[in-house]
Amino acid sequence: MSTRTVTYALGTTGIAPGGEPVRVPLGAAAGAGPELGGEHLLLNIGPQHPATHGVLRLVVELDGETVVRCIPHVGYLHSGFEKLGEYRFYNQIIPLTDRTDYLAPMSNNVAVALAVEKLMGIEITPRCTVLRVIACEMSRIISHLVWLGTTGIDLGAFTPFLWAFQQRERIYDLQEMWTGARLTTSLTRVGGLMADIPEGFTAGLREFVRTFPRTLVELDRVLTRNAIWVGRTQGVGVMTAAEATNWSLSGPMLRASGVPIDVRKDQPYLGYETYDFAVPVGEHGDVYDRYLVRLEELHQSTRILEQALDRLPDGPINVTDPRVILPPKSRAMSDMEAMIFHFKQVMEGVSAPVGEAYLGIEGPKGELGNYFVSDGGAKPVRWRIRPPAFINLAALPKMAEGHVLSDLIAINASVDIVMGEVDR
Amino acid sequence: MNPSVAAVRATFGSAIGRAVELCGDTIVYVDPARLADVLRWLRDTPGHAYDYLVDITAVEYRDRERPLEVVYFLRALARATDLRVKVELDPAGDLAVDSVVSLWAGANWLEREVYDMFGVTFRGHPDLRRILMWETYAEGFPLRKDFPLRGRFSRAEQVHQALNANPEAHYSLEELSLAEVQQDLPPDMVERLRRGERGAVPNSE
Repeated sequence: MSTRTVTYALGTTGIAPGGEPVRVPLGAAAGAGPELGGEHLLLNIGPQHPATHGVLRLVVELDGETVVRCIPHVGYLHSGFEKLGEYRFYNQIIPLTDRTDYLAPMSNNVAVALAVEKLMGIEITPRCTVLRVIACEMSRIISHLVWLGTTGIDLGAFTPFLWAFQQRERIYDLQEMWTGARLTTSLTRVGGLMADIPEGFTAGLREFVRTFPRTLVELDRVLTRNAIWVGRTQGVGVMTAAEATNWSLSGPMLRASGVPIDVRKDQPYLGYETYDFAVPVGEHGDVYDRYLVRLEELHQSTRILEQALDRLPDGPINVTDPRVILPPKSRAMSDMEAMIFHFKQVMEGVSAPVGEAYLGIEGPKGELGNYFVSDGGAKPVRWRIRPPAFINLAALPKMAEGHVLSDLIAINASVDIVMGEVDR
Repeated sequence: MNPSVAAVRATFGSAIGRAVELCGDTIVYVDPARLADVLRWLRDTPGHAYDYLVDITAVEYRDRERPLEVVYFLRALARATDLRVKVELDPAGDLAVDSVVSLWAGANWLEREVYDMFGVTFRGHPDLRRILMWETYAEGFPLRKDFPLRGRFSRAEQVHQALNANPEAHYSLEELSLAEVQQDLPPDMVERLRRGERGAVPNSE
């Protein structure tokens, strides 16, 4: 094949009146344009490919086996959650969040409830606070376990997948016990929770906390000093601290690059400042450090769960304000006033004052933010999710270009994407 | 109130509009023409050093009299301090602001999403094309208030378009250009691209 320059359509200079991006020929924009050897190959990966962790599609330009250019395509799972939220009461938004980061639904529920409570100025009860911490840390454990298992598979290690999913199953059983659902938990309500923990839950979680670290030790033993694992991950997809900050990475991706930022420590919510836990920070910013950070976070989450169980206070899970929380069904059926509150909440919703609030929590994937703008009605004017996986994924071309194709798979796995959240 | 507001007002004067505090967060309004300068100053000035871009989004209010806002969430990592910067744009006019990709590389996809969902263009963005919707999406901007919840086209039309789209509709122009260099494109596709027909669906509404 011959060598030619690209003749049209690269680079965007603006938008035509019709909304179409206007492009200039590459020749005009970048001098002569790149001389591309005839042996370059354009390869399409996904959207249906097990190594892309969902419906992510990557178009890569390969020179031999080296990735010259990587162009991600997202949006195959776009469901318009933010638009739907503008047509829903605040409490009706919570079921939508189950479906964004579906590997950690409970922490999404908590994030939305906290943001709405910030907007409305609601103070939740002590028992609810601790139960939400438990929900968040359980979510972090299952999300990191899925990440560990699937990344292991991507890099050719099958055993960690089985161990991780076995333990994840135990958390899912507890989740089902608490909320009645394994995936669509819808755990929180504005001002409280959908349900208190059932009998036997604390014992089950204590048993998990006691035995789970054994699996972590085994995972550590089979991977951390494994020659294949180390060879596939060290020095791959490096982001320096300055780059990671500039690319707005968050969560384990940012910390693996040596930036000690954790929302739980820096801008505490749910009383995280009162828990004793460490924030693991990496040094090299490569795939291996991301693995080490997440593995240590599993240990730390277990510690937080233990402390939360120890301090779990008795008392109500919901605030007493009848404008926010539905009265008990028995009272709604027997007491006139309770019935009026019930009716008003179901028919008119809970209205928020005029204003706006942003609250970010440390989700399993990074900073999970919710931004609500209210015009005083019972439905938000705008609901924005700050999607950590989406923003972390944006740095994929930067990390992958220059590496070989098999490293692209490792790097993509290390981002810990979940397409439900990327596409929303 | 965040002290950076007074400092930025002292530097930029009338380019800084009102500042409000809502739910403990400081929000400052900036003249769109000076936005990039203000953000660069906030990022680079010692003592303020908003080195981390948390998010970019836009808000359109149900009240049609109110301007559309583009919102920048900044954070100074070392001080764990947040500042929200807003610019107001007339929804009936030219929705355009300067891109901040040169300041924060992370703004790239965030600005693409705002363009995709609201139709706000970012001057100087290196690759401003739709991100969540496909590039040849023709129904408009989904998060605008005049966009109906179920979309503008009927379900039948959407299916029709999806099934009848030519294969080049699924690739970005960058990828098509790369393939063309390799002479990998079928002749009919090359011909359609030369006529500028990418994404056009035969016999559509």
